[in-house]
Amino acid sequence: MSDASLNTASIETGEAGFGDYFALLKPRVMSLVVFTALVGLLAAPVAVHPIIGFASILFIAIGGGASGALNMWWDADIDRIMKRTRNRPIPAGIISEGEAFAFGITLAVMAVIMLALAANPVAAGLLAFTIFFYVVIYSMWLKRWTPQNIVIGGAAGAFPPMIGWAVATGGVSMESLLMFALIFMWTPPHFWALCLFMKSDYKEAGVPMLTVTHGRRATRVHILVYTLFLIPVAIGIGFTGIGGPVYLAIAVLLNALFLKGAWDIWRRDEIQAETDGYRTEKRVFTLSLFYLFGHFTAILLQSMLAPYGLGGW
Amino acid sequence: MSFPEQHELHKRRFGRNLGLGLALVALGVLIFGLTMAKQVARTSDETQTVQDQN
Repeated sequence: MSDASLNTASIETGEAGFGDYFALLKPRVMSLVVFTALVGLLAAPVAVHPIIGFASILFIAIGGGASGALNMWWDADIDRIMKRTRNRPIPAGIISEGEAFAFGITLAVMAVIMLALAANPVAAGLLAFTIFFYVVIYSMWLKRWTPQNIVIGGAAGAFPPMIGWAVATGGVSMESLLMFALIFMWTPPHFWALCLFMKSDYKEAGVPMLTVTHGRRATRVHILVYTLFLIPVAIGIGFTGIGGPVYLAIAVLLNALFLKGAWDIWRRDEIQAETDGYRTEKRVFTLSLFYLFGHFTAILLQSMLAPYGLGGW
Repeated sequence: MSFPEQHELHKRRFGRNLGLGLALVALGVLIFGLTMAKQVARTSDETQTVQDQN
């Protein structure tokens, strides 16, 4: 599902439908939030009542969605310029900026309070900080200021498994920090691969992405270097309480594939990329989605195997 | 007696209002479920504490 999806009926009537408000929540990003938070919750060594677990994941998803709505409110001006985002509800004229702000802030406050009541104050505090980080630190401050925007801002997307873990345990631990680190280190190469083939969007919008400020060659080098930093984190999880032989086998395979992809991107130049329509860059971007999904599925699998004596080390 | 014709605004916003109504009902059901789950958890904790003391 696209985060820019719109009801065709809304365009005809000029009236925002329920689906348009849902699109404000960036459902595609929200699905990643739900999945990683769920893995964090289920991988934790403390059992949670199913209803409390379900409600907590729902409030984490709503909080993540609210930050998406607030991001769309703040970025409405550049969303109008970029091809990828110009069909979102605000630039399309379906929902006003004020409405999006009110919608986002209401859901954010509600999600944090409800998570505190359903789970615990630590999880709620982490959710509140995530929303603050994504909206204020990333969207308002870093995004239009520094090419390191996605490196630091990537932390916002890395918090959900920590929140899930905190729902179960009421705290933070080495394992939850490693799950955070996995998403944090994965975000830059994932996003820069996208930037390489979304050529003009960021430049036209004046967003200082690495491709715009340092050039495309430097971006290719950065993808390879950040992948080299990512690999020890991803493999290292295999030797902790949430890892194990199954996780390790999957992680080794996925990291070998991802390293090969990053290497292929590094070796190419713009002429080669233009010639085949950025095939390698697009392939690595798709692979990066499977990479993250695969690692968290492996963590989940490992925790599900534990009751049968096939868990961690 | 006949019902007055529905206002055009209500027709236009039917989907939105229905979605909001269903979301509110779902939230109510969820809060009820949460209350029950927390109550059960508290009761079992108290029972455990009494058993431990005995």
